[in-house]
Amino acid sequence: MASLSSNLLLIAFILYLVAIPFFGGAIRQKKGLDEEKKSFDKWAKIGIVITIIGFIAQLGFFITRWIVAGHAPLSNLFEYTTFFGMCLVASFILIYFIYKTSILGMFVLPIALLIIAYASMFPREISPLIPALQSHWLQIHVSTVALGEAILAVSFGAALIYLVKAIDHTKRSKSTFWLEVIMYSIVSVVAFIAVTSTFAITDYKASYSYIDKNGYEAEMDYTIPAVIGPNEWKVIEDGTFEPWVQVPGIINAKKLNTVVWSLVVGLGLYFLIRLILRKRIGAALQPLTKNIKLDLVDEISYRSVLIGFPVFTLGGLVFAMIWAQIAWTRFWGWDPKEVWALITWLFYAAFLHLRLAKGWHGEKSAWLAVIGFAIIMFNLIAVNLVIAGLHSYAG
Amino acid sequence: MKEVKCECGHVNPHGTVLCESCGLTLIEEKAQGKLHDMRYEGSARRSQTYNKTIVDKIWNFFSSVKVGVWLIVITLVASALGTIFPQEMYIPTIMTAAEYYEDQYGWLGKLYYDLGFHNLYSSWWYLVLIASIGVSLVICSIDRAIPLYRALNKQRVTRHESFLKRQRLFTTSASENIDASFEKAKENLAMKRYKIREEDGNILAEKGRFSRWGPYVNHCGLIIFLLGGILRFVPGMYIDDMLWIREGETKVIPETNGEYYLENKEFTLEVYDKDKDNEAFSEAIENAGMVPKNFQSDVILYKKADDSLPGEEAKLEQIKEFNIRVNEPLKFDGYALYQTEYRLGELSTMSFTMMNKKSKEEFGELTIELNDPQTKYDLGDGYSVEVMSYFPDFEFNESGEPTTKSRIPNNPAFVFKMFSPEKPEGEISFVAIQQNLEPFGDNEYQLRFSGIETNDVTGLTVRKDLTLWLFALGGFIFMIGVAQGSYWNHRRIWLRRKDDEIWVAAHTNKNWHGLKREISTILEGTGIEEPLDQLQENENQDSEKKNSNHE
Repeated sequence: MASLSSNLLLIAFILYLVAIPFFGGAIRQKKGLDEEKKSFDKWAKIGIVITIIGFIAQLGFFITRWIVAGHAPLSNLFEYTTFFGMCLVASFILIYFIYKTSILGMFVLPIALLIIAYASMFPREISPLIPALQSHWLQIHVSTVALGEAILAVSFGAALIYLVKAIDHTKRSKSTFWLEVIMYSIVSVVAFIAVTSTFAITDYKASYSYIDKNGYEAEMDYTIPAVIGPNEWKVIEDGTFEPWVQVPGIINAKKLNTVVWSLVVGLGLYFLIRLILRKRIGAALQPLTKNIKLDLVDEISYRSVLIGFPVFTLGGLVFAMIWAQIAWTRFWGWDPKEVWALITWLFYAAFLHLRLAKGWHGEKSAWLAVIGFAIIMFNLIAVNLVIAGLHSYAG
Repeated sequence: MKEVKCECGHVNPHGTVLCESCGLTLIEEKAQGKLHDMRYEGSARRSQTYNKTIVDKIWNFFSSVKVGVWLIVITLVASALGTIFPQEMYIPTIMTAAEYYEDQYGWLGKLYYDLGFHNLYSSWWYLVLIASIGVSLVICSIDRAIPLYRALNKQRVTRHESFLKRQRLFTTSASENIDASFEKAKENLAMKRYKIREEDGNILAEKGRFSRWGPYVNHCGLIIFLLGGILRFVPGMYIDDMLWIREGETKVIPETNGEYYLENKEFTLEVYDKDKDNEAFSEAIENAGMVPKNFQSDVILYKKADDSLPGEEAKLEQIKEFNIRVNEPLKFDGYALYQTEYRLGELSTMSFTMMNKKSKEEFGELTIELNDPQTKYDLGDGYSVEVMSYFPDFEFNESGEPTTKSRIPNNPAFVFKMFSPEKPEGEISFVAIQQNLEPFGDNEYQLRFSGIETNDVTGLTVRKDLTLWLFALGGFIFMIGVAQGSYWNHRRIWLRRKDDEIWVAAHTNKNWHGLKREISTILEGTGIEEPLDQLQENENQDSEKKNSNHE
């Protein structure tokens, strides 16, 4: 059953991938003629049906894994992140039926795909629950947070569409620059996945002895070539790749090495894409957005925040506090993860106030949605892997 | 304070922009745009009306959303700073905080410590920020909620033409049979669950007005939540203590005024076993090495009997038996005991045999309870041992004298006096782990170490928090308010007769697409034209202008 479970995830992944071009096909039709309108509907319909089947497959993955493990598969970074991806797809399906916007599929599904692929880079084995996690609040708290964050992520997707369409791509500006920064970040995630899986397939391993931050000798195993070596590294076996740079003991050289690899390969990939497209990625995507109305995507983005904010508050703060009171004796303890949930909450509160009271619509609001998503991703990735506190078992 | 009488006869408070009743513009310079700013219905807000005294100025400062947003953003950035390095409560206590931060994080760590960021969330300036947000919440809400309530309560059905014209959704259409159109529209409005009011043949259809109160309800919740934080500073409202208790031991629970006692029957630490537990875990267990499965203290809770006299040993009545586990605290009388720590294998007893050094003949055994040693152990036949000094956690201090670091028997040492028929005055011996000193020359007898027993100790957090209900209430009200404001929309549709024409205007506080779609179903078959989105038209005109400029 465990292998059935992982196969279902793979099937879901492939189906999401297949669905994307159908949404693309739906966009490419010119509007105006009835017959073409019908074919528009047909493409989008096939796309959404494939997406729904993919979603059901992923739900199957989730349920079978739950049965095998005996607890909700929400207990480590792989499980949480795949569930987050599933919620993102669910939110997209919901929004699709409200607004009938196939272009959202072109933007949200790739993000969901990247999130699921990213999740798969972490240890995937089914792990037992430590005592702190043995509670019904595990599924209640974690699933609500994931759902809330996924709905907020839809607002990022819609904001991205808004920006791609609204920004004047004919001349270089701050807006085009930052839009390219978003594109480069996305490409870097692709690079991270590519680099990690390539070296995983070739089963690359290299070990170094080094002096840790407390001055003791320790050993570090790399799974991708160590361009950045640990403090006073020494190769253990002859012929091991020799690092180019070394960093002081307080910095985790292995993680920094992975980040540097992703950013550098990402940069290469980005310029390769630019070379092929011969224009900015944002400008190349713009034709996809020509049939969508700006105020509609603006509204989708805003409504996603409105729907997602209470769900996030409920899961990320209210349920979180109830469980923290039961498991950790206090409902609030300024653990980094808690603080970043508060930061996320404060940010979206500011977003809503700016929009409601200061009239920040359109492009300003879209940039805010982008920043909000960046904070969510920071909390998911950096806080787990870099800062690490009580929630560190989530890695 | 003059009040303003509108031409419709309604008396408005000073500072009203749009008449509360009919919507006529009362202050031209504040209603300049092509469309009305409907955010607070053009009502008279204190902050927009008075700006003379110091109270006005403070009021106006805190009632500004701009100030509120800045406070939120500053708090957000400050909170993020506190996560760069761990807060003081999370660092190990191996050295002082000042040393720790510099040792671990270099000059950045020192700077972090010097700036006080190691205790950021309890710093005075962070608390000032939170308090300012609280003040802003109160003032913003009062400044807006009361005038808004008045305006929505006083609104009449027939609105002034200038008011309707300057709504975002508006159009006029000619109609042959206005009555029939209105009848059909009313039917459709009722189907969409609108509340319909009529006056002089005009219609005001409204729904979801309560969603306008959402923000104020959620702000109330937040204020209650923050009050909970203040209440915590009141002595006795919040207790955070620790109870270390050995297996087999009964101890008074701290902070209960000596009323409650706890006996620790057994402490258990279980780890996952890859052969016995779920097969699916075997890979993870192998990778992780050891994964804890359960931390559990089996305890009995006692209450001191009412007739216990002070000074006497307390008479205890058993209240309940309970297994305290992580996620399953023992609750009683407002207190909760949580499984938070443990020490395994703490020494509990040490046994020695008294022996003649030369003949190796043994003269009985003594077992010392390390947490409660007796002063004298009688071994019979004239042999006995006196404990002269006991050092549970032995070390030599700076002047070279034996001393104890703590009361926990981590490294017990004793000074014994051994009595025997041959040496009735006694022989002194110093015994510690791996050490046996005879300070006054050669002894005839010695105490030979013969065994130890160990014991597990459980660490329970004792918690009482009488502020929890306030936090819970605040959180609950916040959730209601935020749902109320987010998931419902306040929609109004005005239908007005104007000679042979029907004027339609509509307003919603959000989700304009939804309103437009709803209006199109409502007006279907009524012969009334759908209102146009004047905001969009403006934008289109603007962009056309821009385009023509480019050309």
